[in-house]
Amino acid sequence: MTAPLLTLRDVVVEFPAVRGLKALTTAPEKRNVRALDGVSLDVASGETLAIVGESGSGKTTLARAINGLVPLAGGTVHFDGMALHEGPDWHAVRRRMAMMFQDPVGSLSPRKTVRDLILEPFAIHGIALKNRRGKALDLLADAGLGPDFLHRYPHQLSGGQARRVGVARALALTPALVLADEPTAGLDVSVQGEILNLMNRIKSGHGLTTLIITHNLNILRHIADRIAVMYLGRIVEVGPVERLLTAPAHPYTRALMAANPEPDPTARRERIVLKGETPALNARPPGCEFHPRCPVARADCAARVPQLEPSETGGRVACHYPLSRESLHA
Amino acid sequence: MSAFRHSLLGRLLADPMALFAMVIIAALVIMALLADVIAPHDPGAMNLADRFAPPSATYWMGTDNLGRDTFSRLLQGGRIALYVALTAVTISGLIGLVLGMLAGFGPRWLDNALLFFFDALRAYPTIILALALAALMPRGLSTVIIVVVITSFAEYGRVVRTQTLSLKNSEFILAERAMGASFGRIVFHHILPNVLGPFFILAAMNLPVVITIEAGMSFLGIGVPPGTPSWGATLKDGFDYIRNTPWILLSGGLPLILATLGFTFLGEALRDQLDPRLRKTR
Repeated sequence: MTAPLLTLRDVVVEFPAVRGLKALTTAPEKRNVRALDGVSLDVASGETLAIVGESGSGKTTLARAINGLVPLAGGTVHFDGMALHEGPDWHAVRRRMAMMFQDPVGSLSPRKTVRDLILEPFAIHGIALKNRRGKALDLLADAGLGPDFLHRYPHQLSGGQARRVGVARALALTPALVLADEPTAGLDVSVQGEILNLMNRIKSGHGLTTLIITHNLNILRHIADRIAVMYLGRIVEVGPVERLLTAPAHPYTRALMAANPEPDPTARRERIVLKGETPALNARPPGCEFHPRCPVARADCAARVPQLEPSETGGRVACHYPLSRESLHA
Repeated sequence: MSAFRHSLLGRLLADPMALFAMVIIAALVIMALLADVIAPHDPGAMNLADRFAPPSATYWMGTDNLGRDTFSRLLQGGRIALYVALTAVTISGLIGLVLGMLAGFGPRWLDNALLFFFDALRAYPTIILALALAALMPRGLSTVIIVVVITSFAEYGRVVRTQTLSLKNSEFILAERAMGASFGRIVFHHILPNVLGPFFILAAMNLPVVITIEAGMSFLGIGVPPGTPSWGATLKDGFDYIRNTPWILLSGGLPLILATLGFTFLGEALRDQLDPRLRKTR
């Protein structure tokens, strides 16, 4: 395996929980909540890693922290030879790292035409183009849009068309890494398929590395090489797609996969219903943070914090009593 | 042709209110610009033989207590009104734009300080401030402009601040930052164009307010120096000599009414076309 393109070690991101004068009277450890609490990840060049987890598990924060939109409170991030935790030249970093946001239309500047939007990365990074119109048309064509879109405004685009413009813009400077935050959010299932096919085609064409954040589990097999599962700002399991989908080692992964509707109505499946709600970030349970909701928790789960360790089913899991392949079918 | 129908001007022309407003404004602007050419008499020339003359072929809107032609004076007054309105709105708009963006982008303490400042200024009654400043400063148009600027820039500041604040955290601005766009690029290419819509609506709605403030100050005798043919001063003359003739008061009020209606209708039509969400706020 080649050296990873992106390496995260113990990344911590904190958000202020109390503001202003009230912060002075609050105990220091309660002033902030940890949205990311010690995330470590390696993303190899050319691979697609999907990050899954419930709302509020820190998926979006992770992407924003990598891109520098959210400051790190701790840990190290290395990308393409640059140390992102040491105040790098973000202008240079962002040229090599593109980002796609959740809202396809809302992430396009409303008073710019598609042509301006697509050519903007070149303007930002001071790249002179000989044939601006030609370049814009090429990029549009790569994303599957015709020349008549050149002079449209974002509000004149459908969600799928706006997403294609987003893809074209993300790929304009042929970045090394694309961070895609919910690339299929708010799109019809048929359009989701088109967008995923488009991303797969481009990925194989450019040898692109992608980090996809999603809670749409149906697309995982279609697009990802590996999956990382997040819970309360921590990675609880990471491993190859097939392994995680068929033999999850962490009870949370298993519950997550089981909660996803199965297209085949005759398929027999076992439902795992989690107890209670996701705990708030400022009231993290002691020990394993999943233990109050875990169906297989034992007494010592509340006492010891599990670390990510190689699991029996391949990949790595943060659980004291990981599920074995056998227990799945028992 | 259809492209024109969907353009802003095309949509405004399709709206009868806006069309009416634009005709009035165009007429006022043309008359103000060509005042010297159109005016049948010298606006300052006195003709004591023809004092308090009713409207006639010679004096279209009659004459005042010194026998000066009211119509010629109103044309000059239009110049003063438009000059004061445009200058004051431009200056207060620019100050409001800069301070509003500073408040929107700056740290929390700056935002709070500017908001406090805006609210304090807006709480001050315009006419009281005008009287106080008029006592301190020489009579003249610049005093009128300063009063208007002081009392109205806070309103622009507030609108711009609110817009900036909501745009600053919008996804497309995050997307621009994620692409590596500089602060200047984000402000001038992406925030400013989206702030200008509501800003121009507010400016158009403020023009008639400024015209009436100027007329009001001149009416109270704290605006233009005596003898200047401002609309407010003409109204004051008409008020003083209402027992001699009603014509000065009637013809002095007419352009004021037309200008106020014209700019108000235009402002409302602009608002409806550019930003229908604002319809409920006033």
